[in-house]
Amino acid sequence: MSNGRIRSLLLGDAQADRVVPPSGFTAHLTLFASAAMAFLAVFALALSLAAGRLADRWSDELARSATLRISAPADQKAAQTSAALAVLEQTPGIASARALSDEEQAALLAPWFGADLPLDSLPVPQLIEVIEDDEGYDAEGLRLRLAAEVPGAVLDDHTRWRRPLVEAANSLRRLGVFSILLIGGATAAMITLAANAALAANAQVILVLRLVGARDSYIAQAFVRRFTLRALIGAAAGVAFGMAGVLLLPETSDAGGFLTGLGFQGAGWFAPLLIPILGALVAFAATWFAARRRLEEIS
Amino acid sequence: MIELENVGYSYGGGELLSDVSVRLMPGSFHFLTGPSGAGKTTLMKLCYGALLPTHGTVKVFDADMRRLDRDQTALMRRRIGVVHQDCKFLDHLPVADNIALPLTVSGRDKRAESENLAELMKWVGLSGRADALPPELSGGERQRAALARAVIMSPDVVLADEPTGNVDWEMSQRLLHLLVELNKMGKTVLIASHDLALIRAAKSQVQARVLRISNRRLQLAGSDL
Repeated sequence: MSNGRIRSLLLGDAQADRVVPPSGFTAHLTLFASAAMAFLAVFALALSLAAGRLADRWSDELARSATLRISAPADQKAAQTSAALAVLEQTPGIASARALSDEEQAALLAPWFGADLPLDSLPVPQLIEVIEDDEGYDAEGLRLRLAAEVPGAVLDDHTRWRRPLVEAANSLRRLGVFSILLIGGATAAMITLAANAALAANAQVILVLRLVGARDSYIAQAFVRRFTLRALIGAAAGVAFGMAGVLLLPETSDAGGFLTGLGFQGAGWFAPLLIPILGALVAFAATWFAARRRLEEIS
Repeated sequence: MIELENVGYSYGGGELLSDVSVRLMPGSFHFLTGPSGAGKTTLMKLCYGALLPTHGTVKVFDADMRRLDRDQTALMRRRIGVVHQDCKFLDHLPVADNIALPLTVSGRDKRAESENLAELMKWVGLSGRADALPPELSGGERQRAALARAVIMSPDVVLADEPTGNVDWEMSQRLLHLLVELNKMGKTVLIASHDLALIRAAKSQVQARVLRISNRRLQLAGSDL
């Protein structure tokens, strides 16, 4: 299509738009389908973005941190902790290591045992937070050395339990993206059906337009503009409802975990605004191809 | 201007036209006659590219219709005004907009042509019906509106297929008079009609050649017409 045609298609032509009868059931079908699909797309997008954030956060933490747990009799705990910190300081690939204070350990246990936990009276292991540098460390080598020098130390590099979670989050993100693609495809299919119905219902209009010398592109544009505009309006309404629904979801909280984080954050709130534009583009392409095919068939 | 050479047209296994040759010269006036179902409408459609011949050649403005793509065919149709017996309109648009439709589809500004449009509507006697919708028009008004639409682009050729089929004698005379006037302006006119009285009336006003389709072939009608 030439620039001139694209320009006339986007800007519209009030006289040309009037050659197609103004309404019909296809108008309502297109509006409803676009609105419903855009509404669903908002939630699929929210799911995808939330899952993406979760996967990124977990991946980041997985890649950079580990915990060393020292389970030793009370009289040996301090010595083993010092020995472990010394080993960690000498281990290449470890940026820092520090023993958690009693208050920090109590805070970690508080969700399960309550805030007034008498930590001194319980055989709670000492935890050491290990942060690795960009190079990373040799986990197996460190385990062997700790086994020899700090018998009560157990290294947990989080891999075992974090990796499936990251994979699950990434799967959810892919599912969200796939859902958006499916929604786009379903929208295209529905608009194609509606456009075909409109073209069939307006066979006489097409006949008259051809008789007076209208080009196929002119006839197609009259339908394309109409369906694109309807899809844009419908999708905008659907996005408005969808974003209102997301706003009504519970706010993010640590207690709620992933479910309460199912929403948009920061610039992510602008992402749904792309949905009406994409919906209009899908409608434009679907109607354009449907119209050209139909016009070729009846030539 | 329009030239058919050894044209044949078959449809559904049957041959409707066979070995038809005719040349419509600029400014000429032709009648096409023959019994119902003889192929008059088919021949008219071949003349403006609504149908392509099964064999033979149709040349319009020196262009072989087979070689034109759809865009070129559309442009060619802007130079040919067509009036059908069952004149079709866009029923949701007022008569004035229907008559101006060729201007609209060719991208010409209808407002700039409003004076011409008003004059044309006056010429066909529809001045007071500009805002009426096509279903509100009588048979004669529809035919005149179709004629106005056919000539608004000032085409070189006017093809009228049974233009007086749905109107009374007085109205058919009025329509004929309009077509004769167009011919006097230099337009080539071809009218398909089985109304012999109309043809006789026309011959008293204009030098017209009468072609008759008989047994799928085209021949010059005799002096009985």
